[in-house]
Amino acid sequence: MSSQYESIARQHATARVGMWLFLGSESMLFAGLLALFAAYRISYPVAFYEAAKHANLVLGTINTYVLLTSSLTVALALHATELGKRRASVAWLLVSIALGATFDVLKIVEYAQHVGEGFSFGHYYTSTLLPTPAVLYFTLYYALTGLHALHVTAGIVVLIWLALKVRRGDFTPASHVAFENGALYWHLVDLVWIFLWPLLYLLR
Amino acid sequence: MIDYLRAPSGIRSWLGSIDHKRIALMYLVAVTIALVLGGAFAMLMRTKLLISGPGIMQPLTYNRLFTWHGVTMVFMFMIPAIPAVFGNFMLPIMVGAKDLAFPRINLASFYVYCAGAALALWGMIHGGADTGWTFYSPYSTASPTDVAPIAIAIFILGVSSIMTGLNFIATTHMLRVKGMRWMDLPLFVWAIYATSVIQVIATPVLGLSVTLVAMDHALHMGMFDPTLGGDPVLFQHLFWFYSHPAVYIMILPAMGVITELAPTFARKNVLSYKAIAFSSLGIAFVGFLTWGHHMFVAGISQLDAAIFGVMSMFVAIFSAIKVFTWLGTLYKGSIALTAPMLYFFTFIYLFAFGGMTGIAVATTSLDVHWHDTYFVIAHFHFIMIGGTLTAFLAAIHYWFPKMFGRMYPEKWAVLSAVGVFVGFNLTFVPQFLLGNAGMPRRYYSYPDRYHVLNVCSTLGAYLLGSVMVFTLAYLIVALFKGKRATANPWGSRGFEWRVPSPPPTENFEAPLDLRLGCYEYDRE
Repeated sequence: MSSQYESIARQHATARVGMWLFLGSESMLFAGLLALFAAYRISYPVAFYEAAKHANLVLGTINTYVLLTSSLTVALALHATELGKRRASVAWLLVSIALGATFDVLKIVEYAQHVGEGFSFGHYYTSTLLPTPAVLYFTLYYALTGLHALHVTAGIVVLIWLALKVRRGDFTPASHVAFENGALYWHLVDLVWIFLWPLLYLLR
Repeated sequence: MIDYLRAPSGIRSWLGSIDHKRIALMYLVAVTIALVLGGAFAMLMRTKLLISGPGIMQPLTYNRLFTWHGVTMVFMFMIPAIPAVFGNFMLPIMVGAKDLAFPRINLASFYVYCAGAALALWGMIHGGADTGWTFYSPYSTASPTDVAPIAIAIFILGVSSIMTGLNFIATTHMLRVKGMRWMDLPLFVWAIYATSVIQVIATPVLGLSVTLVAMDHALHMGMFDPTLGGDPVLFQHLFWFYSHPAVYIMILPAMGVITELAPTFARKNVLSYKAIAFSSLGIAFVGFLTWGHHMFVAGISQLDAAIFGVMSMFVAIFSAIKVFTWLGTLYKGSIALTAPMLYFFTFIYLFAFGGMTGIAVATTSLDVHWHDTYFVIAHFHFIMIGGTLTAFLAAIHYWFPKMFGRMYPEKWAVLSAVGVFVGFNLTFVPQFLLGNAGMPRRYYSYPDRYHVLNVCSTLGAYLLGSVMVFTLAYLIVALFKGKRATANPWGSRGFEWRVPSPPPTENFEAPLDLRLGCYEYDRE
């Protein structure tokens, strides 16, 4: 326990407060980009509508399931630690890491497909299939999903770190606030995707 | 008990320290360097403007200088200056805590700041950015200079700012000493708290907007490119969504400092504690709804402009509440005219001017005349220098005995305070007149009719610059030669004055005694 705290419980509660503040800050990062998306979509409804038809709905939907499942497995890993079952906790974390990695890989497959079709971003956009402002849909698509994928990747690093800590026995059923905070971060990443999936794939 | 300055010494014990007081001092060194650098850029610009037409520099150099001046002063000095130095040092002591909630994040924030500052400096040496600190697209995405490094540096500096704010919020909520209620908090803490909320909520949007500009410039992403259907005005919306509240990141802590000075030097309880505390929160809240007043001529609708104009005036109401409570605190007080108090009066005078001209430019019809002229420059320098820098100087003098255990030389400090007042007014009053007469900002040259006022302004800037160098010099001397300070040289009731000067590493020898409030001057 650090000396400025009166109890370990207080320190843990403070760590949770800090994490929620951080998540609030993170949300604003995505909120800014989503506001940009909203503004452009209102300006160019037809172009965005047509462009969204070229999004890979199948991969996007699979990824939604993958990510939602990973949130479940992270929760199960946390629950296992709360019960003191270290091996189960590590196992669930490994499943979550694998699901996160699957998400990233599928995302890369999607990007490759879009680039191949000429649906790149900004001045690299070469497709002539769609009216001009559709390029903004793809620029925003890369910006939003790219920023999100960066968060997924950071989340995977956090999960690996947590798995190592669980294996070392750093957490006890009573004391595992870092695990809770790491799981919270993963859930935020998941939550952001819940917004991206309908906006980018389903509005068509 | 050994004090924090002499506790384990050696360079490593400083660079790796997680003691909030040592980190505050490291920040003090860093922001002072930024101030000197930003000031030097300003001096070069003012020197150029001594004469119209080509002079000591190329137009592009001039454009870079005002960009670097803005970036350095806003992101490297003004934003961190009071929170990261005095907030860092005083806030834990004021809430009766041994340290901030997350000391390692505090240290990390300092190094993130250094990394951001280093990248910004590298970008400047590299010759980057001639866009102004506002990075307006489409110019910023087409500029021939290298915009990306400085834009990314601002993103990094923003991360540091978020870390600081997050730490302060968590500390205020979770680490108040047992028995301390919210209404027992020193008002400086309220001000820093309100600031921190803005830092945590608004800064990510700045980070996003400058990153998008960097990517537009370096990777041709075209997010704001009109040829691809993009809308440059959207950039302005995102940018000002942060950068207007950022004005309150700069001024709220300054108001917090000023609030601490009044009761100490008038020996009176503050007039209406609650009004001061809640007006800080009020400014922070309303500050989020005013960003459009920067964009009256950018093509927003008349209705939007009217709403943003009216919202801006609400800020004036909260600010006026503060000014009146400060003056009311002095009423019938026993006022000690020390150097910090001279800065106090300077602040009130300049802030009132800056605030009232703010109302003027928030009025849509008037703003069309003044927009993008020196009137605006003068207006925000009255707030930023007249407000924030003045309060920074007040704070460094007021808390100098506490932070370093030594007194500053009072006579020199009084001289310097007078010099700041004269130098400041000589610099910026002519700029109001220039702006009203139509001289646009950011121009390299001007017609001859603006010559006299420009010379006045430059002479004022030289005076202000010299006074700042003089102040820095005597403060450095006082660090080593100053008279030893007692724990409470001002006879203040403030919590921070109840610990030794300088405080021990753990701040308190015994838990903070709350029986006497921090503004209770009416009883022993």
